Amino acid sequence: MKTEAVKKPFLKNSTKETLTAFGFLLPNFIGFLLFTSLPVLASLALSFVRWDLFTPPQFAGLDNFIQLFRDPLFWKYCWNTVYLMATIPLSMAGSLMLALALNQKLKGIVFFRTIYFLPTICSGVAIYMLWRLLYNADFGLFNLTIAKIGEIFHLPLKGPNWLTDEEWAKPALIIMSVWQTVGGYNMVLYLAALQGVPRDLYEAAEIDGANSWQKFWKVTWPQISPTTFFIATMSIIGGFQAGFDPAFIMTGGGPNGSTTTLIYYLFNNAFQWNQMGYAAAIAWFLFLVIFLLTLVKWKSFGRAVYYY
Amino acid sequence: MAREKTLEELKRRARFKAQAKVLLAYGFLSAGALAMIAPFFWMVTTSLKEPGSIFSYQQPWWQDWIPVQFVWQNYVKAWVAVPFARFYLNSLFVSTCVTAGQVTTSALAAYAFARLEFPARDKIFFGYLATMMVPGAVTMIPVFILLRYLGWIDTYKAVILPGIFTAYGTFLLRQFFLTLPKDLEDAAKIDGCSYFGIFWRIILPLSKPALATLTTFTFMGSWLNFMWPLIVLNTHNLFTLPVGLSYFQSLHNTDWALLMAGSLMMILPILIVFLINQRYFVEGIKLTGIKG
Repeated sequence: MKTEAVKKPFLKNSTKETLTAFGFLLPNFIGFLLFTSLPVLASLALSFVRWDLFTPPQFAGLDNFIQLFRDPLFWKYCWNTVYLMATIPLSMAGSLMLALALNQKLKGIVFFRTIYFLPTICSGVAIYMLWRLLYNADFGLFNLTIAKIGEIFHLPLKGPNWLTDEEWAKPALIIMSVWQTVGGYNMVLYLAALQGVPRDLYEAAEIDGANSWQKFWKVTWPQISPTTFFIATMSIIGGFQAGFDPAFIMTGGGPNGSTTTLIYYLFNNAFQWNQMGYAAAIAWFLFLVIFLLTLVKWKSFGRAVYYY
Repeated sequence: MAREKTLEELKRRARFKAQAKVLLAYGFLSAGALAMIAPFFWMVTTSLKEPGSIFSYQQPWWQDWIPVQFVWQNYVKAWVAVPFARFYLNSLFVSTCVTAGQVTTSALAAYAFARLEFPARDKIFFGYLATMMVPGAVTMIPVFILLRYLGWIDTYKAVILPGIFTAYGTFLLRQFFLTLPKDLEDAAKIDGCSYFGIFWRIILPLSKPALATLTTFTFMGSWLNFMWPLIVLNTHNLFTLPVGLSYFQSLHNTDWALLMAGSLMMILPILIVFLINQRYFVEGIKLTGIKG
């Protein structure tokens, strides 16, 4: 009588696991190749050609980049992009203050948090249209309020032409973005960070006679510095790619290009003027900036912030 | 005796101080809430005003905030001024497909990265991570050219497909899968459960919070996405809500009552989704923010 041999597996276990793994990975990986990794390489290649999509592409060497650095509009829009990042410190300070107030163990935190989150949630075209109305020079909320205040105090106050005045268009967009972001993700991150600060540090500070101000600067601020650093770097990285949607809806990039950001310029070059190569060069410039920022983020994360 | 009195006094002062602090916090929070809400209130008011009455200067101030007459007709007018119903369906279809696709492919890939051994796993994963810092602007142009080459410009496919595959979703779910205890899977393996069985019956049910987070974020992101649909769509009937709304604005540039009615109709579904799922938002932000 033969004892039944233990059935040998058809495949070695590790081979089977590898095959299974590739099966799991495949759908995502194909898409990843087609829509992310190959396009990255393709856009690098594109930045070295001149191409209007209709005639065959022509090799241009570094011409796109040289043209880019000589393009006064490009530098103007770079400046616009950086200028609009004034939103970041303002919004972060506001987020932190709101988070500090919310962290007082009060009733109704969820209620307030929900309300603060509304502008973030409803962001997008609808909100930009609303703010276009709020900034309307004649009957927008801002100028009506300014006029009312003037009436009360008998002053000849008149609000600016927010979105049609070159000097006011960028500040207008900044005010709007602060409103939009102040109660959103950053506030939630700050709130989580504040809740993570060990209680005994505050107790120790109190025993040493520290007042609220000192407790904030000597305990809270260093303790939440990783969050501050994280939010700041992420916001700056995001800031370089921002500005298309609001400008497109509210100002069309104007007046006189004063609200056109880099991504808007890229959009115009690629999809309005069919300058694919030049647009790709702008994209790679952005990529380079963001790459450097990411490096800074990684390198300095250990040093710039206080760890406990 | 005197000492007791000062102790009492100190206690009272501390209580007063605590109360003042609470009051101050509430005052600050309420002022903030008011600033957040006021624009929305203005939006609702405008959407209900008689189109001409928005301009009148001499009205008392409260009439800026409360319409004399509620003109519900504005909503009907906005609804038919452009094919709004169609925009809604387009957005719903696109966002649902993107979300379902992204959650499915991300979960599958994340399971492979988190739990299976295969050659070059960590290298491939590093490749995924590396692309997370590539700005969308870089891939936008080649993807557009690819879709154009395939003849897919101005189709749903062009909006949906590029949105389905993201490194972000894979990363988020992988991080979550790694935190799950392995014992259950080992037990299932001994009982002869296949890898897919483990994934389907153990990993997924345990990962509901992370899946809900990814679902909510993806859906919202897709619902609000403006630039990409604007680039790849030309036919009005295919427009998603944001692009449709922008088109609406180009037609009725200063018809504020209608524009605000239209905007509110776009915001409403988002608001409902948010109010129902807001727990996942907050958890999701913490999950992605702190580990990211």
